[in-house]
Amino acid sequence: MTMQLKVNQRRLAFVHKLSRRWLAKAGLAVCAGWILGASAEVNTTGLAVTDKEVTVGILHSVTGTMAISETGSVQAEKLAIKQINAAGGVLGRQIKFIQEDGASDWPTFAEKSKKLLVNDKVAAVFGCWTSASRKAVLPIFEQYNGMLYYPTFYEGLEQSPNVIYTGQEATQQILAGIDWVVKEKGAKTFYLLGSDYIWPRTSNKIARKHIEKLGLKVVGEEYYPLGHTQFNSVINKIKLTKPDVIYAIVVGGSNVAFYKQLKAAGISLPKEKPLLLTISVTEDEILGIGGENMEGAYAAMKYFQSLDNPNNKAFVEAFKAEYGNNIVIGDVTQAAYLGPWLWKAAVEKAGSFDIDKVRAASPDIELTTAPEGYVKIHPNHHLWSKTRIGHALKDGQYKVVHETAELMEPDPFPKGYQ
Amino acid sequence: MFSDYTSAELLSIFAMQGFAGLILFSVFVLMALGLAIIFGQMGVINMAHGEFMILGAYVTYLISNLFATYLPSLFGIYFFIAMIISFVAAGALGALVEWSFIRFLYQRPLDTLLATWGLSLILQQVYRSVFGAREVGVTLPDWLMGSIPLTETIELPINGMFVMGLTLTIAVAVYLLMYKSRWGCQVRAVVQNRPMAAAVGINTARIDRITFALGCGIAGVAGSAFTMIGSTGPTAGQLYIVDTFLVVVFGGAASLLGTIASAFTISQAQSTMEFFLSGSMAKVLTLLTVVIILMIRPQGLFAMKVRK
Amino acid sequence: MSLNTRSLKTSMHSIKTVFPKGDLFYLAVLALFLGVLLPMTLDIFRLNMVGKYLTYAFVAVGLVLCWGYGGILSLGQGVFFGLGGYCMAMFLKLESSDPESTKIQSTPGIPDFMDWNQITELPWFWEPFYSLPFTIIAIIAVPTIFAYIIAVAMFKRRVGGVYFAIITQAIASILTILIIGQQGYTGGVNGITDLRTLLGWDIRTDSAKYVLYYVNFVCLMACLLIAQFVRKSKLGRLLVAMRGREDRVRFSGYDVSSFKIFVFCLGAAFSAIGGAMFTLQVGFMSPSFVGIVPSIEMVIFCAVGGRLSIFGAVYGALLVNWAKTTFSESFPELWLFAMGALFIGVVMAFPSGLAGIYKSHVEPFILRSWQKLKQAKPQPPEPPTSVPEKAPPPKTTPQNAAQPHPIVLTGSISPVGK
Repeated sequence: MTMQLKVNQRRLAFVHKLSRRWLAKAGLAVCAGWILGASAEVNTTGLAVTDKEVTVGILHSVTGTMAISETGSVQAEKLAIKQINAAGGVLGRQIKFIQEDGASDWPTFAEKSKKLLVNDKVAAVFGCWTSASRKAVLPIFEQYNGMLYYPTFYEGLEQSPNVIYTGQEATQQILAGIDWVVKEKGAKTFYLLGSDYIWPRTSNKIARKHIEKLGLKVVGEEYYPLGHTQFNSVINKIKLTKPDVIYAIVVGGSNVAFYKQLKAAGISLPKEKPLLLTISVTEDEILGIGGENMEGAYAAMKYFQSLDNPNNKAFVEAFKAEYGNNIVIGDVTQAAYLGPWLWKAAVEKAGSFDIDKVRAASPDIELTTAPEGYVKIHPNHHLWSKTRIGHALKDGQYKVVHETAELMEPDPFPKGYQ
Repeated sequence: MFSDYTSAELLSIFAMQGFAGLILFSVFVLMALGLAIIFGQMGVINMAHGEFMILGAYVTYLISNLFATYLPSLFGIYFFIAMIISFVAAGALGALVEWSFIRFLYQRPLDTLLATWGLSLILQQVYRSVFGAREVGVTLPDWLMGSIPLTETIELPINGMFVMGLTLTIAVAVYLLMYKSRWGCQVRAVVQNRPMAAAVGINTARIDRITFALGCGIAGVAGSAFTMIGSTGPTAGQLYIVDTFLVVVFGGAASLLGTIASAFTISQAQSTMEFFLSGSMAKVLTLLTVVIILMIRPQGLFAMKVRK
Repeated sequence: MSLNTRSLKTSMHSIKTVFPKGDLFYLAVLALFLGVLLPMTLDIFRLNMVGKYLTYAFVAVGLVLCWGYGGILSLGQGVFFGLGGYCMAMFLKLESSDPESTKIQSTPGIPDFMDWNQITELPWFWEPFYSLPFTIIAIIAVPTIFAYIIAVAMFKRRVGGVYFAIITQAIASILTILIIGQQGYTGGVNGITDLRTLLGWDIRTDSAKYVLYYVNFVCLMACLLIAQFVRKSKLGRLLVAMRGREDRVRFSGYDVSSFKIFVFCLGAAFSAIGGAMFTLQVGFMSPSFVGIVPSIEMVIFCAVGGRLSIFGAVYGALLVNWAKTTFSESFPELWLFAMGALFIGVVMAFPSGLAGIYKSHVEPFILRSWQKLKQAKPQPPEPPTSVPEKAPPPKTTPQNAAQPHPIVLTGSISPVGK
């Protein structure tokens, strides 16, 4: 209450100086807040919660270059909300969502997140995909005290009280993957390759440190601008340096070009000479690359559609029933699906929709029904999760060949890797 | 960096690298030929050139699916049919676009830039609505994939050779069309002096439409061929547009030979620098060099001598 | 406005040459609309958005001078917008990265993204940005000098028209790759985010947003005055003459290239101010404003407003951005169609944009109805509104705004050259 009151008081004081008309408006807003909050002790901060409904926001790019990637997340979040509603909602209230389009444009993300928090007073926001969009909205979530559930695996180096990161941070994905190729495949030399921006660079930095700690060698490190489509030169360099492992973090349209040209240049991935390990290609990306070009590559992630457990079977079935049989589900889509469920669990544990209470309740929230298996929120707002190694098949799916025995602890500021 | 390798290894790598440069060269020529015709000959700045290419790519995707479903026995040859249909589809769209608004803008080249940019936005959204926001994967026939090992270390990618062959074919065809056919003669007449060309009985409006359609059609074929090496998505066309324009401008807009020479220069420079520098810096340096050379020699490598 | 009245007192004569009566009226209407009407009717959230749109109006006004008057179409205005914005962002970022708030970093006192990239010392070119006066100078000077270098190289060699457009486009593309690639120094693809205070004053509060809106408004008015001065001076007439028939101006003994260089630099300086105001109001800067797509979008703001009308450019920027927000809120799929149709429609049907429609349709209508009204009631009740009536259309349209202005390649005589 205090927060909202302060804001209202400040606004009123300021408004009074300028115009009477605004005063009336502000008064209306206060009245509306009173009506909404009247019967809800579960909502003391004026969020959009009624006796029957609670409003949340979904904020992804539906248009622009990022729409390709973010569509799956929107679908997953909508599915989760639908399922939660069918199961009785949250604290007896049905979830209503307001969807906003970030249009692949970071200021638009900032603008829309502000709209969701200030105008719509949503109780939580599920959204963002790229780091750039998250960085753009972060100050707004911190200023207006909102709660963001962010689904993408990302570079780490961040820990906000207003964000729950449902994807893996870099070390969770990288360390397990490299340990596995070193142990199982006897890899000694690595070639690091990525698109030129923060996630691949930070990830490769962690990978390089880890490889060097193990006493092994990085024989090359290369970055190409986003959208680059000619990889013949780097493929030649790979042939020249003969690494045991190509560690590739190429994204977007470049991905397609890279794998097609790799295959055309006679580097056959199933032969594993060199072996290719990626952390950027989910089942979603394989649709564009083509299963025949990706066959034989390995990926280190926390979720694959083929994961064999009852939770996942139910999830995949529900997803296909909702969006058609041809749909594929990648790592981020599953992480996006966790968002609404984690929020529901936190709200119910807190017995309130208040952001501060939800935040306080969030650490150690467990989800045993997650498609990826068991997850738990760490006090640093990231998830404990297992990392799996998938082997790409011709049909565009991954076969899980390895799974870490323990849950990997999220460590967004890894000591010794910076 | 070379001290660790034997001379045989180095030799093969240089051979491979030269070949990579040649593939890049073919790709540039293929991208730029259509634009060189439209921009160089007609003065229209077609910002939707990339989208015409993507149209060809989507047509190829559709045809490949059709063949896979109905004629799996003929899957091996679908690519040729797809290229022809891509040419026709992109050319037809080009003719439609020329008829509906480009023809009113010949006197205003900067306005064609804006109008075709608008067209590119519309086409992107059409692709997104029809094919979905995600990239689609085009399955290639088996014979187009893989490589031919020449020696133990030198391997030639088949699709790269295919692109090179295609580029050669199209370049020769365009050359014959422009310089040996009656129609090409008319096109050149219209470019050099429109009123005079009209006065001697050339139907300039018709020539314009066909020229524009031809340029777009070649873009369609290029897009079709690029499904072998690049991605096919609603916004993939934008990746090509800057490179393409630079190739054309660098070559000297009105000269087809210049376009080919400039594609060769830029591709060799870029692939050599990519080998010695990091990928991003190579790209920056290539673009920068081209811009600086253009500042020194604004008419491009090969300029047509005209009295102003 | 205060500027305006002061200059009124000092010199009635010069004001009349700079402001034919119609223009003074338009400026007053615009000032009332932006300075009084919008702040009165919009809440701070929407007003902040208008403020953001207005930062694009700076670019559009610059483009009117470069493109509409000078015939130089730059597709790289985003470069200058970005440079101005980055200068501002560097100052703000340094202020928010004081050793106290960055003490968890391995090197406290430097911006967080540098720390993530193992930079342990502030790069030399960041150092001067500790000083606000230097920053303010740099915001204008850096882009202007950059524009000067480009312009001298191009215009001295008589590169113009299409070539200039394509080269500026390439420059935009180079700068984007550089900024994204050098993430240790620039923040990479995420940009420079989380900007909080300006000399200790929190720029994120509602009251700060009001103040910034008005600062932005005053800057825009100042730029409009400068633009109007240029437009009505001999320089403006020469620009129009050059656009029509460059050779004749050159033969008359004028150094054509210096005028072009000047107007291009002026446009760059305007864009840079817009960029700096953008950073202040939105709270971050990222390379997504530097590239080709935003640069071309900025041209459409100018084209929609009317490429010959500096006031129209402001309305154009407002209208297009407002439409973008509205469309993407309600029909995200339709947005690109609408935008594309706008480009084609403006070029085909309304080459003079909103200003042209106003001149050819609205103004004659107002005049006619005013005449009728006057005949009916011989004594007009309110003297101020008689301003437009006193200014007959031919006088207020010295540039003959309702006609399309071909930028001639083949050399027919343009209707404006007379």
